[in-house]
Amino acid sequence: MAFFLSRIARRGAHAARSFSAVAACALFVALAIPQHAFALTTADVAPLAGDDFDAKSAAIDKLIAMHDAPSLALLKALSEDNALATDAGAVLIQSADGGDHTYDAVTGKTVAAGDAQPVTLNNLLRSKVAGALSGLQLASPDLETRRAAIGELLKSPDIAMKPMIDAARAKETDPTLKRRLDVLWAMTALHDTDAAKRLEAVQLVAARHDLEMNELLRPIVAKQPDGSFTEPDARVRAAAQQGIDALDAIQRRSEIVGTVFAGLSLGSVLLLAALGLAITYGLIGVINMAHGEFLMIGAYATYVVQNLIQHYAPGAFDWYPLFAIPASFVAAAAVGIVLERLVLKHLYGRPLETLLTTFGVSLILIQATRMIFGAQNVQVVNPSWMSGGVTVMQNLILPYNRLAILAFSLIVVGIAWAVLTKTRLGLFVRAVTQNRRMAACVGVKTARVDSYAFAFGAGIAGLGGCALSQIGNVGPDLGQSYIIDSFMAVVLGGVGQIAGTVLGGFGLGLVSKAIEPFWGAVLAKIAVLVLIVLFIQKRPQGMFALKGRSAEA
Amino acid sequence: MTLAASSSPAAVDARAAASGTTGDAHPADLSGFALGLPPRPALLSRRAWQALLALIIVIGLGVPFSALVLPETSAFHLSAYAMTIAGKFMCYAIAALALDLVWGYCGILSLGHGLFFALGGYAIGMYLMRAIGHDGKYGSDLPDFMVFLDWHQLPWYWQGTQHLAYALLLVVLAPAVVAWVFGFFTFRSRVKGVYLSIITQAMTFAAMLLFYRNETGFGGNNGFTDFKRIAGFPITHPGTRTVLFLMTFAVLVLTFIGARAVVTSKLGRVVTAVRDGETRLMFLGYSPLAYKLFVWTVSAVLCGIAGALYVPQVGIINPGEMSPGNSIEMAIWVAVGGRGTLIGPIIGAFAVNGAKSFFTAHFAEYWLFFLGAIFVLVPLFLPNGIMGLIDTLTMRKKNRP
Repeated sequence: MAFFLSRIARRGAHAARSFSAVAACALFVALAIPQHAFALTTADVAPLAGDDFDAKSAAIDKLIAMHDAPSLALLKALSEDNALATDAGAVLIQSADGGDHTYDAVTGKTVAAGDAQPVTLNNLLRSKVAGALSGLQLASPDLETRRAAIGELLKSPDIAMKPMIDAARAKETDPTLKRRLDVLWAMTALHDTDAAKRLEAVQLVAARHDLEMNELLRPIVAKQPDGSFTEPDARVRAAAQQGIDALDAIQRRSEIVGTVFAGLSLGSVLLLAALGLAITYGLIGVINMAHGEFLMIGAYATYVVQNLIQHYAPGAFDWYPLFAIPASFVAAAAVGIVLERLVLKHLYGRPLETLLTTFGVSLILIQATRMIFGAQNVQVVNPSWMSGGVTVMQNLILPYNRLAILAFSLIVVGIAWAVLTKTRLGLFVRAVTQNRRMAACVGVKTARVDSYAFAFGAGIAGLGGCALSQIGNVGPDLGQSYIIDSFMAVVLGGVGQIAGTVLGGFGLGLVSKAIEPFWGAVLAKIAVLVLIVLFIQKRPQGMFALKGRSAEA
Repeated sequence: MTLAASSSPAAVDARAAASGTTGDAHPADLSGFALGLPPRPALLSRRAWQALLALIIVIGLGVPFSALVLPETSAFHLSAYAMTIAGKFMCYAIAALALDLVWGYCGILSLGHGLFFALGGYAIGMYLMRAIGHDGKYGSDLPDFMVFLDWHQLPWYWQGTQHLAYALLLVVLAPAVVAWVFGFFTFRSRVKGVYLSIITQAMTFAAMLLFYRNETGFGGNNGFTDFKRIAGFPITHPGTRTVLFLMTFAVLVLTFIGARAVVTSKLGRVVTAVRDGETRLMFLGYSPLAYKLFVWTVSAVLCGIAGALYVPQVGIINPGEMSPGNSIEMAIWVAVGGRGTLIGPIIGAFAVNGAKSFFTAHFAEYWLFFLGAIFVLVPLFLPNGIMGLIDTLTMRKKNRP
């Protein structure tokens, strides 16, 4: 499932870490420093020139608390690696443009850089500085700047920003930004000393219904090693638990939707592979072991068309599937009709030998493909409109190529249904399927119907190959990996019935994907096989059996 | 060579089909209708017994002599390579005979007999792995692959496999139980024809996937290899090889005679009737289930024994043996030789595998084309295989005065 469920990067974890690490000293600073701003002194910046990162952190907190012009300039210089430290403990700022001009961070006087070395920061301090700059931008009069600053802070909120966030929250007038600021405030207020504020914060965080908030809520209900709760207030814990439960429900829902989609996606592929098989088996009682190779032929036809378009009409590359679809149908159908006319026609009434013969044909086709295209997989590229996906839920992205194939398979089923029920050929096919002799008696040219139907089934497999080329590897062994599953779909669905095959294909896909998370792909396959063997105990002819004497062939 | 063909039912069918009549009794024939069964054919004709005896003497004396007594420089020396190849082919022949019992006589085309072959091979392989003892790479009590997986004790199903007798019991029991259970459920619900073939194929496919897993405890991808000794004898020693070879030959002869006994018995008649008209047989009051199940299980066991003889001679068993393609290849051995005869599968197994050795040594790329062509051409032009061809030729000679 990992191939299309892409989980959003877990930024929340990072946020939580920076929280706890900074919290202690930040709180200390917040208490120790008077809230009104005062001028920057040499003593304030001296720790930045030292080697002690804790002292540096405290100094940066002090700069944040002051947020006047000189301290802002210094923060900016720190974030851009333009701050230098002299051995004497002074901090210089290098002008961002060239680097020749340096001036003292406290006095603003131009000084020669001399032996000054860049101020070194660790990652924690770096993100603190970046956060601080965003925090200070919260007060910007420009709406867009504020929006960007809030977005930046939501990614990694820092408790040191709390005063600025509090101030911005009080002043903000734009309703959207206000809502986002509320969340931001809540994220910084989760550790407030006031239980009421914590409760409000937890409720705000929980109301986001964002899976990343798990990282913030889980620690609240966690127990310490001695068995007591980290969070003393029961109401806050209850609110957090409620939030976690809601998030779990979202998670479960998206997993279920994801599994169903994966099952439908697999089912659509099996369906395309099994449809032709079901038609030919119903009609002429032939299980075509080379059917998987028709898939492969369709996929290689797509590959050839893709290369031709890329070579002769690169501008139309996005629309190559339009040409590849008919090409793959025709290529597979052509091979199918040759196979039927040359070989299978002579073996009707000997189904077991036909099985062996078609296996031989599949060996020949595989080896021929290997010698023409090489044993390696070939590259079939999605057109640009098929790459990417639609995000339906948090951490659940449905890729466009799989959606396209699902839709495509339903269209193909629709066409097959229309051909079988609305056309003259379809009428003949159904007649011959039900009673070959009687159909022949009333003038149906059964041999010709056999050929056309076989070619039609092969063509549908070719279409399946075209679809498969968009989601998987295209190689000489492509057909082999799907053939057994598509046989199972036919066995499950019953023969010669489109409805049965549709149900068989999707049913098999869904059941396989539903079992997979628990037992893994291999055991899922075995379980499905066992289920099928048990299923045919009840319904030996599949879910949709043909009624009448013809069924007992 | 022709000892079984002249009296086999399939050959009779073939003749009938060739001359354009169907197998159904014509109403006009009722005038000659008589109750009672035709006399039961002898197990083997006098000539056949003589030929068989001669063969046994030639192989039984000739092979040890040329492999062990003659110096390696002699033109008649049997090299280890040649003996392994011949032994391998005989194992295939046993498997082909087993498959022919169900396909040629009971009309069940199994595309999953590779599973039974591999199960027998794995059963003896477990013993061979245990017999390595401390001589493995890690010098542990456990087989190397378990040490590699960081397992500290044998899984329960490995218990007792250090005894050859128990392993031999497993060789019979493992395929028998799997075949019986699978057969019981499929035959009971009257799954037949291509449906059954497909399901047997899925069975071996699923088993292959299972055995590929390391967690299954059978060595995963690599299977079992690097055997050192069997029953205390070093496994690569020419003497051990010769004994294994002769044992394989003996089993092949016994299988042949046993199969002949089954198909000529009354039970064999019913089994053939299942093939030719299961519905009619049921109307006559028989329940085909037990007959099918019996032949199916016997066939699986024979296949397992073939696998058990194969592994010590070839020196490796891995899940690749269970791949569906392998099982289908078995069917083509039978088809090439002539199904519904007992000599046919043996000839087919030797012919196809001989061709395979030849091709893979000289034109490896074209082997699959050749194999594919056999699959296509034999059903088209040689529906009764080589035995059918020989039969037609001798018939033609007889008819020409």
